[in-house]
Amino acid sequence: MPAPTERAALFGGIYSNHLALTAALAGIQTRNIDSIYCLGDLGAFGPHPDRVYPLLRDNSVKTLAGNYDDSLARDLPDCQCGYTDPRDNQFARLSYQYTYCNTSEENRAWLRTLPGEIRFELGGRRVLLCHGSPRRQNEFLWDSTTPSHFLEKLCDDYEADVIAVTHTGIKWERELPSGRLFVNVGVLGRPENDGTRQVWYTVLTAEENRIEAEFVSVQYDAGTLARQMRQEGLPEEFAQTIEDGWWTTCLEILPARERQAGRY
Amino acid sequence: MSGHDRETRELPPSQELESLDELWFQVGGTLCNLSCNHCFISCHPGNDTFGFLGIETVRKYLRESEKLGVREYYFTGGEPFLNRDMLQIIEETLAIGPATVLTNGTVFTPASIKTLREISQDSPYSLELRVSIDGYNPQTNDPIRGEGTFEQAMAGVRMLVEAGFLPIITIAQTWPQQDGPAVFESFVATLKEAGYSRPRIKILPTLHLGMEAERTRPYSRSERISPGMMENYDSSQLLCSRGRTVTDRGVAVCPLLIEAPEAHLGHSLAEAAVPFRLAHGACHTCYVHGAICSNIGGWGVD
Repeated sequence: MPAPTERAALFGGIYSNHLALTAALAGIQTRNIDSIYCLGDLGAFGPHPDRVYPLLRDNSVKTLAGNYDDSLARDLPDCQCGYTDPRDNQFARLSYQYTYCNTSEENRAWLRTLPGEIRFELGGRRVLLCHGSPRRQNEFLWDSTTPSHFLEKLCDDYEADVIAVTHTGIKWERELPSGRLFVNVGVLGRPENDGTRQVWYTVLTAEENRIEAEFVSVQYDAGTLARQMRQEGLPEEFAQTIEDGWWTTCLEILPARERQAGRY
Repeated sequence: MSGHDRETRELPPSQELESLDELWFQVGGTLCNLSCNHCFISCHPGNDTFGFLGIETVRKYLRESEKLGVREYYFTGGEPFLNRDMLQIIEETLAIGPATVLTNGTVFTPASIKTLREISQDSPYSLELRVSIDGYNPQTNDPIRGEGTFEQAMAGVRMLVEAGFLPIITIAQTWPQQDGPAVFESFVATLKEAGYSRPRIKILPTLHLGMEAERTRPYSRSERISPGMMENYDSSQLLCSRGRTVTDRGVAVCPLLIEAPEAHLGHSLAEAAVPFRLAHGACHTCYVHGAICSNIGGWGVD
């Protein structure tokens, strides 16, 4: 008898993109999904950060904390992204100050209640969700700098068959030699530096002998989001990324391979 | 006992290896075609204190590293590309994980660049090339790195960029702190003029060891880490908490201290996974600036 199919939807890096979140949630409703999970970083980059919170609560999205959420929750002076380039730091500061000033105390208090990780079972497999990596909230796990033997060790150390993260902004997945699965679910907040306007969420499905990860493209009204960003006085460079799909700032964290794939 | 006596008798703190994330290879030893006057391990053409690492040695440690879950591989020297096994070493490393090579950029040839490009394209992992240049023109670079080295290194950068690489220009900060933003902008302008339209730049503090101790000054006795300084400190900023360095004499704690006998910890990665006492001036630099050797992190000009 085939194992029962179970489905979970995962997304992260909303970055205040309430329009993409609305579109993603509408798509998820059509896919026979059991549970919805958010892997953190609700604010940053986009306009009107408070518009994200009711969408998550009203749709019972189980949410964990990212580094941005942790900074807002604890009233830290910056986003803990750790940039060294002065231009990147300037943009990171603008983004954080705007988000901090426009996130209500009530929502910051809610961020303080979020866990750092979530575990659940999917088709008998142990799934571990976290923001950057299981060992560090702000660790970047890029496809081109993350060896399979390192991921195997994370699965051993953190007792998981599937690990899913976000944080970098670019989705990828890898089935490991042991049969276990690693997924970076990408982000809803901005395009993934590929010259398109689309953003992404992930559906995990328990098949008979494995967990299948499917990346789902989300189309939304990027023009309206960019207009709202400009109305709010956010940097033109941010709005440009929403409109043309290329990252314009905070590029120093990209490894060679991912940087080569972009325009800037 | 006075406070001063207590302080001087206090043992330096000890740092455990928390996870072996970065494996460094002193693949060029202390042999270099240049003789930079700020080199913290005094590399020059005749300095064979440490020799090249051969492919067999590198291979042995790569195998051990896979079991330990190493994340990144770094290759330094000396000048790594003087090592005739270097291209093969990079190729075998890129089969299992990302590789970064620290080079002075002066010994590339069209043939070696072509091979590097092919090796890089065949791997799923990133190959990072960090090219050291210490001034944005010959007048500021050559007094440190040697006559003609600015033009030679920039020729290397041009070849890399034309081949599709995005080298990380690595600069030791030899100017006054307040000049930082202007120097940074000058580097950006120079690199763009050379055809590098989106330059990546990493700025490092100098280390008061080796030649640099003579050029400026050695570490003072106050530049040490005390136990109290480790309270509430993010120890992952210290390379010794997450890295080790393979030399032709075994495994050392980090690439900065290979000349200190106590920094040599064993002849396998397992043997070298022991705590290290942070007793050196260079430990203080690492503490203050954080992750100076890694690709991400280090000293910005902000």
